[in-house]
Amino acid sequence: MTVASVASPPPLGLTLTARHVTYDGITLFRDLTLDLPAGHWTCLLGISGVGKSSLLRLLADLAPAGSDYHVQTSDNRPLTDRVAYMAQQDLLLPWLSVLDNITLGARLRRQPADTARAASLLEQVGLADFRHRRPDQLSGGQRQRAALARTLMEDRPVVLMDEPFSALDPVTRLQMQDLAATLLDRRTVLLVTHDPLEALRLGEQVLVLTGPPASLTSHPLPADWPAPRAVDDPRLTNQQGALLARLVHQRPAGAVS
Amino acid sequence: MIRRLIHILVSMVMTALLWQIAYLAAGQQDYLLPSPLKTLTTAVLKADLLARHALTTGAEILLGLLGGGLVGVASALLLASFAPLRRWLVPVLVISQAIPVFAIAPLLVLWLGYGMASKVAMASLIIYFPITTAFLDGLSRTAPGWLDLAQVMGGSRWTVLRHIRIPAALPSLGAGLKVAVGVAPIGAVIGEWVGSSTGLGYLMLHANARMQVDLMFAALLVLAGLAITLFWVTDRLLARLLPWRATTNE
Repeated sequence: MTVASVASPPPLGLTLTARHVTYDGITLFRDLTLDLPAGHWTCLLGISGVGKSSLLRLLADLAPAGSDYHVQTSDNRPLTDRVAYMAQQDLLLPWLSVLDNITLGARLRRQPADTARAASLLEQVGLADFRHRRPDQLSGGQRQRAALARTLMEDRPVVLMDEPFSALDPVTRLQMQDLAATLLDRRTVLLVTHDPLEALRLGEQVLVLTGPPASLTSHPLPADWPAPRAVDDPRLTNQQGALLARLVHQRPAGAVS
Repeated sequence: MIRRLIHILVSMVMTALLWQIAYLAAGQQDYLLPSPLKTLTTAVLKADLLARHALTTGAEILLGLLGGGLVGVASALLLASFAPLRRWLVPVLVISQAIPVFAIAPLLVLWLGYGMASKVAMASLIIYFPITTAFLDGLSRTAPGWLDLAQVMGGSRWTVLRHIRIPAALPSLGAGLKVAVGVAPIGAVIGEWVGSSTGLGYLMLHANARMQVDLMFAALLVLAGLAITLFWVTDRLLARLLPWRATTNE
C-alpha cells in the first residue's frame, strides 16, 4: 500500500434540509432535516419505497426539477464537485478496462488521469492483476470492488452510497463492508441500505427513515462501540433485533397520525 | 467452425436440390428456369464478365454504405445533441422514409447521370434511415445510472457524449449497420436497372432481354454471394470491435 492514497481531504459536515420535494406529483419530503457529521459514517435504513434513495439523490444533486432543498456545509462552501457516488449497480462501462473505468472521472472533466494512484487503489481493493480486464470478465464481487476503487479515485470528502452491496452474496458483502470501512475511514459517508446488519456494522450514526409522511429517527447505539463491528459480535444480534422490530412496527403507509 | 461450414454446405445442397426438383417439375424449360448445374456452369464460363460487373456493383454498395453511414451517423449525433432539432426533423425523417426509393431512382439518374454516382446515392439513401434511427435510438437510451454517475463526476455535455453516450450506442449502431448491409445491394441494383451500362443489375436486365436466363441466374447468384459475404464480414467485424455488445450491463 502506498501513502499517496491514504491522505484524504479534510472532513466535511453537512446538513440537508428538504423543505418540499415531490416525486411524480406525490410529496415525498416536507421540512425534513438530515445531519451528516464530518468524517463519520451515517447509515440510513428504511423499507423499500420510503424515499431513502431520493434523499441521497438530493445530496448528489440528482434531485427532480422543482425540488426545494438546501445543503449547508461545515465550511459554508457549496457541495458541488465534492461528492462521490456509488450505486447498487456497479455502473462500470463494459467497453473500458478496469483501469480506464476507475479513471473515468478525470476524462469526463478533461483532466489528466493519475494512473499511478489508480494502480495503487486497484492494489488496495485486490484487483491489481485485473486492471486490463473488461468488466464482463470479472465476478460480481470484483466488479463492486472496481466500483469502490472508482469512488475512491474521485477522492471527495463526501461519499454517497446507495445500497452498494445489496446485490452481492452474504460473504462477499461482509468482505466489501470491511474493505469500504477501511478505505473510507474518516470520510463523511452516507450509506443507504435496507439491511439492518449492514447499518449496524458500519454506522457511527444509524438513522431510520419512516413514512409517509417521511420522518427520520436516530437509532441509539451502545457507547464505545467503534465501527466496523465484527460480524460475530453478540451486541450486533441484539441491536439487529431491536432495529428490525422498529422497522416492522412502523406506522403502516397511509395511516392517520 | 467446421460444424458451421457443414451446416452452410448442407443448406446449400438442399437449396440446389429443391431448385433441381422445381426445374424438373417445370418441364426442364431452360429459358424459364435453368438448372442449378447449368447456372453454375455459366457462372464459371462467364466468370470474367461477372467479376467485372460485380466489381462495379460491389464498389457502389461499399461507397453507398460509406456515404449513407457517415451522413446517418452525423445526423443521429446532431439530432441527439439538440432537442429542438429533433422535434422538427424526426417527423421529416419518417415522412422521407415513406417515399419509396424506387420512385426517385429515375430522378437520381436524371440528376447524377448514368455512372456510379446515381447508384451510390441510391444505396446511401436506402441505408441512411436504418443507420440514423438505430444510432439515434442508442444515443437516447443511455442507462440512467451511467448518466447519474457522470453528472456527479462533473462531466460536461460533450465529454459525457464522447465517453459514455456514443460508446454505449455503438451496439445499436452495429445493429443498424447490419440492416443497412442487407438493404444496400437493393439500392445499387435498382439504380442499375433504371439506367446504367455496367453492374450486376445491368447485366441481369441485359441478359433477361436476350433470353439468357442462365446468365441472369448466374448474376443473381453472384449478387447473393456478394450480399452474404458483406453481411458475414460486417458481423465478424462488429464482434471483433464491440466484444462487449453481447454482455448485458445495467
